[in-house]
Amino acid sequence: MSTLIKGATLPDGTTTDVLVQDGTIAELGKVTTKAEQTIDADGLRLLPGLVDLHTHLREPGREDAETVLTGSRAAAVGGFTAVLAMANTSPVTDTAEAAERVLDLGRAAGLVDVQPVGAVTKGLAGEELAELGLMARSRAKVRVFSDDGRCVHDPRVMRRALEYVKAFGGVVSQHSQDPSLAGPTACCHEGELSGQLGLPGWPGVAEEVIVARDVMLARHTGSRVHVAHVSTAGSVEVIRWAKAQAERDGHWDVTAEVTPHHLLLTTDLLTGYDPTFKVNPPLRPDDDVRALRAALADGTIDAVATDHAPHARHDKEHAFVDAAFGMLGLETALPVVTTVMVENGLLDWAGVARAMSVNPARIAGLDDAHGRPVAVGEPANLTLVDPAAQVVVDRAASVSLSRNNPWHDRKLTGRIVATLLRGTPTVLEGALA
Amino acid sequence: MTRHLLSIDDLSTADIEQIFTTAAEMHDVQRREVKKLPALRGRTVINLFFEDSTRTRSSFEIAGKWLSADVINLSAKGSSASKGESLRDTVLTVTAMGIDGLVVRHGASGAAEQISRWIDVPVINAGDGTHEHPTQALLDGYTLTRKLGTLEGKHVAIVGDLTHSRVFRSNVKSLVKLGATVTAVAPPTLMPAGVGDWSKTAGFATSYDLDAVLPEADAVMMLRVQRERMSGAFFPTAREYTVGYGLTRDRLAVLKPGTPILHPGPMNRGLEISADAADALDSVVLDQVSAGVAVRMSVLYHLLAGEETSA
Repeated sequence: MSTLIKGATLPDGTTTDVLVQDGTIAELGKVTTKAEQTIDADGLRLLPGLVDLHTHLREPGREDAETVLTGSRAAAVGGFTAVLAMANTSPVTDTAEAAERVLDLGRAAGLVDVQPVGAVTKGLAGEELAELGLMARSRAKVRVFSDDGRCVHDPRVMRRALEYVKAFGGVVSQHSQDPSLAGPTACCHEGELSGQLGLPGWPGVAEEVIVARDVMLARHTGSRVHVAHVSTAGSVEVIRWAKAQAERDGHWDVTAEVTPHHLLLTTDLLTGYDPTFKVNPPLRPDDDVRALRAALADGTIDAVATDHAPHARHDKEHAFVDAAFGMLGLETALPVVTTVMVENGLLDWAGVARAMSVNPARIAGLDDAHGRPVAVGEPANLTLVDPAAQVVVDRAASVSLSRNNPWHDRKLTGRIVATLLRGTPTVLEGALA
Repeated sequence: MTRHLLSIDDLSTADIEQIFTTAAEMHDVQRREVKKLPALRGRTVINLFFEDSTRTRSSFEIAGKWLSADVINLSAKGSSASKGESLRDTVLTVTAMGIDGLVVRHGASGAAEQISRWIDVPVINAGDGTHEHPTQALLDGYTLTRKLGTLEGKHVAIVGDLTHSRVFRSNVKSLVKLGATVTAVAPPTLMPAGVGDWSKTAGFATSYDLDAVLPEADAVMMLRVQRERMSGAFFPTAREYTVGYGLTRDRLAVLKPGTPILHPGPMNRGLEISADAADALDSVVLDQVSAGVAVRMSVLYHLLAGEETSA
């Protein structure tokens, strides 16, 4: 199988033909070799395949909301070639067998590399460590561990987890939410609007105190902590400080991700109590959104991660405090980043490639195959983007099983034209190949 | 007039005054031997209560019946989430029976507004979580208007657990619309989040010092404080709360003569309101209850009387 991508513009702005053969990039420059398939990439950007550090695929357990197959479809349509599947399924991914099962379901779907995230604690209960080492040694080679959806709030457990994963180069991805400051009913940003709406608030400080604690624990243990879905300006300040310390010390590391929705949507969308906009961490005010954009632009935040969280319709049709947390994100991530960051001049395409492919691949330990430069001999995990196309999002057009799409009816710039996984097109002309 | 009554935001000042004018007529009906008016004959109103309520539910029931509506009480206690049925399914099921109006009480803020988007009959919010309780605010405003003549320029102090109070949120909006000066009084832990910015845009004042506010007040509205709040570290003890924010016998003495004392009930005598205050000559607690029926008749009349009956 060979594919010729003609006249693509690389992240650095140079234009080239790209011949893909047997899963790798075979030729660059002006290519005259004949290929079985040609994609006209005039005016299009060619990026290394996108990597999502934070996806909920819901299988096993909630196959009515999403499956590994349907989630893989959404990922491919969104330009992703690898996704990390969070552990909060039913049963939880807290054993080697569970991790291998997710890996195998991903391979069977064959549209993106589905890399399981392992739970930090058994059953996400926050008490006893899950079998982190066995998951790491399994065929799934788990390197990212997270109790996402819940915070590893006991500092003793977090300290031990950070220490333990050093043995196999693991990283703990933390959902930073102090459960005493933002309890189970906390359902939106605590501030003027929550005060008026009478909704139990989730103050920014409930995130910030955990981020601050965790970076100190990472420094103490000489380990790696990854801050999932950063949502406040205060967290950004702590991470900026911690990164400077880690760089100076050299023996520990902190990385961070931000979701597309926290880069654009604000808490005032909750005025009508529409649970489509209920998400954890919650949508924040404009000041936080601006700080997050700036942090992504200056590299304080390493990666964009979707926190794609499909939900069956009936789980969103409860009263606001009872409705499920989360929103779809895979198919719209790149258009949101294009609209928010590229169009506003905050990030160039090399920056997009870093934030959506290179950095997440490195953080996840997938950088042998993903987040690679577009160069001869490299694996052909590639995403072709029309940077000028404007699309009005239609939730009915999604390939996800769910419809909890906060971008419905919104006009976004940037469209995925094609996605190639090891040289095989998974998406062509914007649709599943 | 608005199609639904979900929040005081749905009403203009003129709407509120219209509701009061009609309520005064309805109030006169209450004194008749035969109380029924034919206005809603043939209409069916469901009181859908997801949360326990005695006074609000019976007040709506009596109001509907005196307007000749068929009123049915449905208790759907416990969140529908816990029963595995979505709120939307519960509400669509009830509405499919063929009703003309839905009065909803729910423990979750925003529930009435969400419900109004799913069905095409008028929805009246009878209290949603800690968000709003618009008919309570209307009956409070009506009671005060009758006592004070007008609310224009009058100073109303609202005192208590404001952060958890739907009565506060509705009252502050309606009293400001009616021209009153409002001061919200509570310890910092019981003030709504972000009240500083909110009070500036909404045009009310806040204070932590009840004793500084009381001598200036033309009316005092005491709100219920739940003892369970102590476990949430909102305040240390009931005794300390009473000393700081209770309408005690001593504080009664600093009120201007004839200052109406309101409480939406149920009262915690000895905590936020002393027996002396609750039973004082100027206490209008029972006037509030009686006004409640008249105001709810007025609201039902304005929202439902013009509606086509369902097929």
